Amino acid sequence: MQLNNEFMIQLYRTMLMIRRFEEKALDLKARQIIPGLLHLYIGEEAVATGMCAALRRDDYISSTHRGHGHCIAKGGDISLMMAELLGREKGYCRGKGGSMHIADIDLGILGANGVVAAGMPISGGAALSIKMRGKDQVVACFFGDGGSNQGAFHESLNMAALWKLPVIYVCENNQYAISVAQSRSCSIRDIYLRKDAYEIEGCMVDGNDVLAVYQAAKETVDRARRGEGPTLIECKTYRWRGHYEGEADRTYTYRTKQEIEEWIDRCPIKRFQKVLLDQGVVSQVGLNQIEQEIQSDLQKAMEFAQNCPFPEPQDALKDLYYEE
Amino acid sequence: MREITFVEAVNEALHEEMARDERVYIFGEDVRVGYGKGGPFGATNGLATRFGPERVIDTPISESAIAGTSVGAALWGMRPVAEIMFSDFLALAMDHIVNSAAKMRYAYAGEATVPVVFRMACGAGVGAALHHSQSPEAWITNVPGLKVVMPSTPADAKGLLKSAIRDDNPVVFFEHKFLYSRLREPVPEGEHLIPLGKADVKRSGEDLTIIAYGAMLQQAMRAADLLNQEGVKVEVLDPRTLVPLDRETILQSVKKTGKVIIVHEAPTFGGFGGEIAALIAEEAFYSLDAPIKRVGAPFTPVPASPILEKFYLPNAEKIVKAAKEIME
Repeated sequence: MQLNNEFMIQLYRTMLMIRRFEEKALDLKARQIIPGLLHLYIGEEAVATGMCAALRRDDYISSTHRGHGHCIAKGGDISLMMAELLGREKGYCRGKGGSMHIADIDLGILGANGVVAAGMPISGGAALSIKMRGKDQVVACFFGDGGSNQGAFHESLNMAALWKLPVIYVCENNQYAISVAQSRSCSIRDIYLRKDAYEIEGCMVDGNDVLAVYQAAKETVDRARRGEGPTLIECKTYRWRGHYEGEADRTYTYRTKQEIEEWIDRCPIKRFQKVLLDQGVVSQVGLNQIEQEIQSDLQKAMEFAQNCPFPEPQDALKDLYYEE
Repeated sequence: MREITFVEAVNEALHEEMARDERVYIFGEDVRVGYGKGGPFGATNGLATRFGPERVIDTPISESAIAGTSVGAALWGMRPVAEIMFSDFLALAMDHIVNSAAKMRYAYAGEATVPVVFRMACGAGVGAALHHSQSPEAWITNVPGLKVVMPSTPADAKGLLKSAIRDDNPVVFFEHKFLYSRLREPVPEGEHLIPLGKADVKRSGEDLTIIAYGAMLQQAMRAADLLNQEGVKVEVLDPRTLVPLDRETILQSVKKTGKVIIVHEAPTFGGFGGEIAALIAEEAFYSLDAPIKRVGAPFTPVPASPILEKFYLPNAEKIVKAAKEIME
């Protein structure tokens, strides 16, 4: 697949922005500046980046409770995201949702979700709407290995297959459902093989290889746009951090330090950096430049969020029902 | 008496009942290891080590199957203690709790028993937002066939959970997550049983009854202290079990004081407090010398930002305000 340099650099930039945004969030959480629950995507950036790079602005995505990466990759505004994480008035949800509920309807981001696999039927509905309205948009539905064991997985895939809905089901297999290893929660090793139960297309890709993800995404998005129905893509990757920040697993009770370190060695960003340098797409100076730009954008987002006031207490009562 | 936290009391009840009856087993997400402590809150801490993975079963993330599988096992000789990690996910498990567990004995003309406990962490106050903070007790108190328990103190949590596990009916057992590690109180060691369906008067008084459960009991007790400083003698009553409801104890208290405030963390509108208010209006109307008051959350989801969540949650000050309105 021939990709132009500008596109490749944009992939890199997106992955690095997700990483730096989350490292910042991690730091703020550790200092108790971010309230509530925070589930980080560090190590899985190539999946959201590769997938969303194959989407148009008017396509939809549904997300999980580990959703910052999806939101950034689909073009979400990091200032509004950071303001939401800090519970501020101008955050994406006006401070009502926090990390697990960030959405941007204009960008087709149907929302992070605190309920595992809840995005699956919602994606099917968005796709049904596309079909009924006669549009050529598609939906990318992100979920995890854990989510693949919910009843909603089966119900959604069956319906989407039956009605040839334009959904790409993207299983981010980060190998742990909370603290339970995939081998202890799934009856099969390769989740994409469940495609056969619905007679749909599917494939498995290295989820730490952004180009591999992009290639699979491009093919399946094109198929969906042509009206050829849903696809199940499984991206094998790994969650570097705990299930949530604050997880007390300091003694490696459910996975080993060695396992985590092995996956950190397979960092999707470092790996892509090497590809870019080896192919002469960008120089080390260029990479440094990107890093600086991202740091500067992030700094601006932080300033925006921290200067943004908290909501008024009574704002808790707003926006429950549609009113003329 | 030694003091332990709310979650330690829950954990102790599970240990004791599993040791007592080998048919009792734990079934839920992340219960074995959790983050090194047994679930996100440590409720199942040490159980897998002591009783083995055959009786402390980590399930896939499959709430509907957790509930349905528990019903099936309970029908045929086991006594599952199923865990729904957050009570918000009750919505996913609802079918088998409402349509299977609650109705089987009735449908099979008294031939079947379904001795299952569905434990779940409920409640707000920790910034966990829309999908991890709800108090959904009123969703299921309208379902005949279930018992519904919501303890407010560590000692009650232990005594009620032990009774729930021994009960031959399906029991939904709400544990307020705000209390888990924050509330430490004396809890009897060893056998300590509190019957389901029995309210408890946590503080005696003559002027006003405050009925509160879950995390709101602490707020009611604090309100009682504040009102006491102004000479109002408050009786604080904790129903402990919502179904079956201890009507007698509630009516007795209200007939004595003539004034009542009902407090819960769920939205006031459509909340369980409405049922208690209706009971009092029907059975003790002529003993009342002021309108029944309810204090609960506004009719919105639980918001994330701390300032919004604080506004949302009922507290002692809001209870005192309601009290002053009817004490005049």
